[in-house]
Amino acid sequence: MAETLRFLLCALLLVVGLAVEATAVLGVHRFGYDLNRIHAAGMCDSLGLLLIMLSCSVYAGISATSAKLLTAMVFQWITSPVSGHLVGRLIYETDADLAREATIWKS
Amino acid sequence: MKKSNGRDSLERFRKWLDEGSDPLDMEMEDALSEPEEICSRDAEEPAWAASDAQFEHGTLGNRLKGMSRRAYYVYYSFLAVLVCAGLISVLLYATLHMPKFGGADTLVDSDLTAFYVENTLKDTGAQNVVTGIILNYRGFDTLGESHVLFSAVCTVLLMLRLTGNDERELLQAEPDDRHFEPKNDVILQTTARIVTPSILLFGIYVILNGHLSPGGGFSGGAIIGAGLILYLSAFGYRKTERFMNATVFKAVSASALMFYTLSKGYHFITACNDIPSGIGTGTPGNILSGGLLLPLNIAVGCVVAMTMYAMYTMFRKGDF
Repeated sequence: MAETLRFLLCALLLVVGLAVEATAVLGVHRFGYDLNRIHAAGMCDSLGLLLIMLSCSVYAGISATSAKLLTAMVFQWITSPVSGHLVGRLIYETDADLAREATIWKS
Repeated sequence: MKKSNGRDSLERFRKWLDEGSDPLDMEMEDALSEPEEICSRDAEEPAWAASDAQFEHGTLGNRLKGMSRRAYYVYYSFLAVLVCAGLISVLLYATLHMPKFGGADTLVDSDLTAFYVENTLKDTGAQNVVTGIILNYRGFDTLGESHVLFSAVCTVLLMLRLTGNDERELLQAEPDDRHFEPKNDVILQTTARIVTPSILLFGIYVILNGHLSPGGGFSGGAIIGAGLILYLSAFGYRKTERFMNATVFKAVSASALMFYTLSKGYHFITACNDIPSGIGTGTPGNILSGGLLLPLNIAVGCVVAMTMYAMYTMFRKGDF
C-alpha cells in the first residue's frame, strides 16, 4: 500500500513537472520577441525542475542519491535565473529597436 | 602577385616568429582576388598551357612555381577528391571485416573484458575499473590523448593569435574586451563568487577520487576549466590574469605533460623488462592507493583544465 502510494506520488509529480516544462517549450516556440521567450523559459524552468527532482527524490527514498539530486537542484536554481538575467541584459543593451517591442521606464 | 611555395612560406613563418606579422594575411588576399585573375588570364593568354609542359620536369618546388594558379587549383581539387575517395573506400572496406553487431564473437563478450573485470583491482589497485584501464593497461593511449590536447591548443594559438601592431593597439584600447557583454554585472559577480569555489572544489574532488569512484582526470579537468571560464566571464581579464596567464599555462601544462611522460616511460621500461618498479598498489579503497594512478590523474586534470581555459580565451580575445 505504502509502495503504491509512493509510486503514485512520484508519477504525479513527474507528470506535472513535465507538463510545466512543456509549457515552457510552447512559450519559447510561440512568443515572437526574445524577452518574452526568456520570460516563458525562466518562469517554468525553476518550477519544472523542482517537481521533477522531487519526483526522483521520492523514487529514490531518503538516501545519498536524493541528497545529490536536491543539491543539483539548488545549484540550478542559483545559476539558471542568472543566465536568464544576462541574456535579458544583453538584449537590453544591444537591441536598437527595443522601444518598439517594450515600454521603457526611465528611472 | 607572389605564388606560395616551400621556401617562401618558411620565410614568412620565420618573419611571423620574429616580428609578429601574420603569415596568412597575404594568402587571404590572394584567395579573395582569385576569381578576377582567372577570368582575365583566360581572356588574354593561356599562360598555364606553356607551363604544363614544364610541369613534367623539375622538383616539387619548381613545379609549383612553374604551374599557373589555374592549373594548380585544377590539380589540387582533383587530388583532394582522389585522396578523400581513397580514404573512404579503405575505411568502408575495413568495416566489412568488423564483427557483426550483436554477434556472439563481438568484443563485449571477449576474454579481454573478463580479464579486465577480474584483474584490474589486483593489478592496479583501482576500484574504478575504467581508470585502471585507461591509465594503466592503456596508458600509452592516454599519453597520446593528453598530447593531442596540447597540440590542439598550439594549433589554435598559431591560427587565432592576434598579430601586428594595429590589433595590439585595439586590444589595449579595450582592456577588458567586453564590447557586447554586461560590464561588471553585480548579479553575475555575486553568483560567481558563491558558485566558483564549489565548482573548483568539486573538480578537485573528481580528480582525486578518480581511482575510487566514477570520474578522473578528464572529467575533473573539464569541471575546473568551466569554473575558470565562469570566473573570467564574471570578473574580466584584469582580475583573472593575476593568477591565470600565459606563464601559468605554459608552466602547468608543460610540467604536467613532462611528469606524465617520464613516469609512464619509467613504468613501461620496468614493466616490460620485469624489473621491480618500487611502486606498490597500496590498499584498494584508500585515497593513497593505486600506485601511479593518482598522480597521473592529477597531471591529466591539469592539462585538460589549462586546455579548456586556453581555448576559450583564445577564441574570445585572441591572446592571453
